[in-house]
Amino acid sequence: MRVLAISGSLRSGSNSTALLRALREEAPEGVEIVLWNGLKAIPPYDEDDDGLDAPASVTALRELVRGVDAVFIATPEYNSSVPGALKNALDWASRPLATNVFRNKPVAVISSSAGAFGGVWAAAELRKVLGAMGARVTDVELSVGHASAVVSDDVRESLRAGLDVLLAEVAPAFAAAV
Amino acid sequence: MSTITQSQTQTQTEVPAGTWKADTVHSSVAFEVPYAVATFGGSVDDFDATLADGTLAGSARIESIQLKEENLRAHLLSPEFFDAERHPVVRFSGELARDGDAAKIDGEITIKGITQPAVLEGTIVGPAVDHFGATRVGLKLQTTIDRTRFGMNWNMPLPNGEPALSNDVTLKAELTLVAEEA
Repeated sequence: MRVLAISGSLRSGSNSTALLRALREEAPEGVEIVLWNGLKAIPPYDEDDDGLDAPASVTALRELVRGVDAVFIATPEYNSSVPGALKNALDWASRPLATNVFRNKPVAVISSSAGAFGGVWAAAELRKVLGAMGARVTDVELSVGHASAVVSDDVRESLRAGLDVLLAEVAPAFAAAV
Repeated sequence: MSTITQSQTQTQTEVPAGTWKADTVHSSVAFEVPYAVATFGGSVDDFDATLADGTLAGSARIESIQLKEENLRAHLLSPEFFDAERHPVVRFSGELARDGDAAKIDGEITIKGITQPAVLEGTIVGPAVDHFGATRVGLKLQTTIDRTRFGMNWNMPLPNGEPALSNDVTLKAELTLVAEEA
């Protein structure tokens, strides 16, 4: 089973990316976490550039999402919402809307922030966006406040629990077995 | 024709006996829901219905939902609404009761894998023999359900704070049922 992990942050010391690295370490046998690092290469969305000649970076993202069983997104919170780069990538991935690669795809959303609230508003908005795209948004809720690049054992446990929920959405029998 | 005349002159309470199958060309299954300032509606093309010894059972394939805009159709098929990938069929089953031209069916409807009681009310015409010699019964039924009881909770606030989409959805069925030959 393959799970695409998308970090909404670009910086090298990103707490969101650290959470996904920890997720990869916590993944059970038989589950491959594919950490995507192509966010920065996605150009600003322009419908004129879409279609058969879509940018290679966009085509690669679409193919990646199409080929995995589920997607796990960790987002920071910028101005009480989803970072522009992440939203822009999802806007590309969501076209054409009726048949986009996220449609019916099981998705988990988690968030983090340096403050106390852990990016809950960004996570809520991201779930709304993914729902509108037709994704199968799971009930995974993990918002890590006072986040740092060091992921605590408690958070690792929550990540593993979140992954279990996501895997159960993909294949209940598989989740019960791991 | 003589049977229709009879139903107009005396109260008929017996439900049609035997087995009757929907002539889907002359039947329709549709929904209506208040949306913003108007009513939004759609229909499903692929459905079936059978009345057998007073029990009406029907099902509709959600993939066949007809809407004017493909993205809106995709939204209705998505997990936020019907989740057609996991729950492709809507089902209804219930017992028909007749009081003259009035029809009432106490039954259960299953949407998105969730079964709830539902009462369909409307009218019944016939049995009557058509111009090809087949015997037909007409049922015109509707009920209103709360979509949130079937796991369809999507909404969007209007500028005045009110939700854009009503929770109450009216389901309508106009069925022409044809008697199966014994």
